[in-house]
Amino acid sequence: MTTALAIGQPTDRVDGRHKVTGGAHYSGDMLPGTTAYAVLVGARAASGRITGIDTTEALQADGVLAILTHENLPKAAAQPPLIPSLAGMPAPGQTFFPFQDDVVHYAGQPVALVVADTLERAQHAGALLRIAYAETPSVTTLDQAREEAYEPEAIFGGFVPGRNTRGDIEAGLARADVRIDATYTFAANHHNPIEPSATTAAWDGDQLTLYDATQGVAATQLTVAALLGLTPSKVHVISHYVGGSFGCKAMIWAHPALAALAARHVQRPVKLALTREQMFTSVGHREEQEQRITLGADKDGRLTALRHHKLSPTSPFDDWAEPSLGVASQIYACPHYEGVYRLVRANTMTPTFMRAPGEASGMYALETAMDDLAHQLGIDPIDLRLRNYTDMDPNTGNPWSSTGLKECYRRGAERFGWHRRNPEPRSHRDGRRLLGYGMATAGYPVYGPNNPQRARARLYADGTAVVQAATPDFGTGVATVMTQVTADALGLPLDRCRFEGGDTTLPTIAAAVGSSGAGMISAAVHTAATNLRNQLVAQAIGDAQSPLHGADPATVTVRDGRMMLRDAPETGEGYAELLHRNVLPDVEATGAWSPSPESAHYGMMTFGAQFAEVAVDPDLGLARVRRMVGAFAPGRVLNAKTARSQLMGGMLWGLGQALLEANAMDPHRGRWVASSLGEYLVPVNADAPEVDIELIEVADKVVNPLGVKGVGEVGQVGAAAAIANAIHHATGRRIRKLPITIEDLL
Amino acid sequence: MSAPHVPSRAPAAAVLPERGPEPVKITLSVNGDEHTFDAEPRVSLLDALRERLSMTGAKKGCDQGTCGACTVWVDGRRVLACLTLAIACEGHEVTTIEGLAQGDELHAVQSAFIEQDAFQCGYCTPGQIMSAVALLKEGHDGDDAEIAEWMSGNICRCAAYPHIRAAIRTVRDRSRDPSHGQT
Repeated sequence: MTTALAIGQPTDRVDGRHKVTGGAHYSGDMLPGTTAYAVLVGARAASGRITGIDTTEALQADGVLAILTHENLPKAAAQPPLIPSLAGMPAPGQTFFPFQDDVVHYAGQPVALVVADTLERAQHAGALLRIAYAETPSVTTLDQAREEAYEPEAIFGGFVPGRNTRGDIEAGLARADVRIDATYTFAANHHNPIEPSATTAAWDGDQLTLYDATQGVAATQLTVAALLGLTPSKVHVISHYVGGSFGCKAMIWAHPALAALAARHVQRPVKLALTREQMFTSVGHREEQEQRITLGADKDGRLTALRHHKLSPTSPFDDWAEPSLGVASQIYACPHYEGVYRLVRANTMTPTFMRAPGEASGMYALETAMDDLAHQLGIDPIDLRLRNYTDMDPNTGNPWSSTGLKECYRRGAERFGWHRRNPEPRSHRDGRRLLGYGMATAGYPVYGPNNPQRARARLYADGTAVVQAATPDFGTGVATVMTQVTADALGLPLDRCRFEGGDTTLPTIAAAVGSSGAGMISAAVHTAATNLRNQLVAQAIGDAQSPLHGADPATVTVRDGRMMLRDAPETGEGYAELLHRNVLPDVEATGAWSPSPESAHYGMMTFGAQFAEVAVDPDLGLARVRRMVGAFAPGRVLNAKTARSQLMGGMLWGLGQALLEANAMDPHRGRWVASSLGEYLVPVNADAPEVDIELIEVADKVVNPLGVKGVGEVGQVGAAAAIANAIHHATGRRIRKLPITIEDLL
Repeated sequence: MSAPHVPSRAPAAAVLPERGPEPVKITLSVNGDEHTFDAEPRVSLLDALRERLSMTGAKKGCDQGTCGACTVWVDGRRVLACLTLAIACEGHEVTTIEGLAQGDELHAVQSAFIEQDAFQCGYCTPGQIMSAVALLKEGHDGDDAEIAEWMSGNICRCAAYPHIRAAIRTVRDRSRDPSHGQT
């Protein structure tokens, strides 16, 4: 083995220069020659039928090339099932493709596609369309459909059962000395990455090239191929830079296929970028929801029972709910458990993954209830959690592959100064402001991909290496950390290694979703680069002219581009010497990785602890988060700088979830009330306090070769609860709705 | 969506000749270079830069003036390119992110953004940097609260805000420290 030199270092992003100079090219920046512009027109009605589309005026407008509707757009060849994109299969966000008939299922559903020679002309022609609807009453809120709720067999593309039980919930509740029974409500949320989804499609004969903003190029490729009836080998997807996703580019929605159909129709490349308004109705959302929790505990605070029910609206097409009950069912020892999802059908699109999908909401409810329990029993909130600590997954009885949770509580509390907290609400003040300190547990599962993840490593005769895997970089820093992984596996300096990704011509990687990217891609890259190193060492050993001729490969190590005997480093040679002597321009190896069968015998989770200080103005009802502290144990940290950034982003997403982010349906019109960043509030600079993060490395030999558990989502889990608990501590008010707004605190 | 604004045909008091609504020749000076192209007067500065001049550094995040990703300078003043008409910038100097570095030498704010990891996906970054450089010039860098307030027109959905403030602080402090070069 080599000594790790690059992994873990807080290396600057390798693509930083591109990103600060405007040199990073995103999907909407791609302009193949003669590109035309497509604009989507969404349904104004939420339910009903299209009775007529008058295109006369629009077709006469300058520059219009085509107007496509259900009357003239070719029908989809097939509708693939909804399977989360980590599975590596076609991954439509919903099992509905527009333009197949005249039925309107939800407001904003694409009903026309206008193509023109400039963007302005396409937009203008879109506004000239006259579309008539026969509207029928719509259902878009829980309150309109509560009576129609049903319990689905499974949710989340069939991956999560609708009901999960262990023990005997009634017996567990009967044994409790104290109970908490409360309902928590959540507004709908939207991802709103600053880059709206965009696809540029170009045909060369029957070969299609798509520049798409996606979390997985293969997901785009396979989904578009299925919808258009093409062989995947004819669909080339490129996605080098993606301007944020947070889940809305994890599944493949209608627009990439529509861009391809439009480009085929007008026989020119077509760019289709969604507008900000369309980002609210085209790429899924986190659904409005209610969760009811019934906790039972003995007088020492040990849980005897947990009942957790969720009710949420889904689309007419799919049984989708974010899996809010998952981590909340696993995080504490509790013998008796019942979790049930209930759904109502509504006139919306299918909701989808949104950062910490399920965990962000489910752990808000559970961690608020736990704070309630701690307060009622007079037990310190951290102590209460330690009393319910579990070293195994309570759902399976399998031990955790690694934890670090107790260390997270301890280190987080130290950094935060938790010991200074007087448990009595309204006991801390700063002038007329009430101060509160809250905490919560964080947890996020480690998901493994269903299919092998692949990479290719190549060493050139000049001693530089390139490693390739098809993943795009949507802000995670994957190009940077994979360069680090390559450097260590090959024993090369960092600046002699380069990562290439974001292209379906490269070895296949599933969509990097569910915080799986760092683990599964590093596994593939490490395997490929290690295979290459072993191949080079074997070649040297077999080469009569090499100083390493005849050596035992187990005694050879690599460092600074040189292979040498571990115990006699002067005996060895550089990669470049070996390649030059053998007249080799390069040497290449591939690698593939799948989760080990052994991993099925473990519970796998990234743990953390969240702390927040909140100041509440009692006269204005204004809550401001003054600082946040998080301690996380994500296995091995590949790059301390990029990992901290992702965790910080997640925690500030928790702030947005707690205090700002909300959308609601207008029950009369069946449309979202907010459809811009002026109405849907996300944190801005002035909302964001300083965030202090402690990384606690824990060894994990189960999850993947490098022991990486991922940091993309766990930063958000529990953050909203820590803030809400701090608000309770500041004010004595227990708010059980998100976001918590001024009127809740007046 | 609504129709793009079409210039009024009413007689104007201004001395400017009426042009359009058909495509007209527009000349823009961007980062010191003159560019002439045909576009309708309703074309925004952002779409002119991106779609006509292939200068895609300024990003479209909302096209509504809410996100700041399209921030550029007109005569040194920060503006939202999505809410500015290209034709109205004739005779003025437009500066974009592509014009900030001196050859291979990054502007101090660009370097500080890399050093402080003041971005993740990078999409809002050109706008953040154009705002940050202007903020430093304007002197709105007294403390973190002032920086945060004056940077709040630029949304970063990755929420790199504390690092954006750190990058701005770094440049401010170095510029006050005579042992460092000018910024």
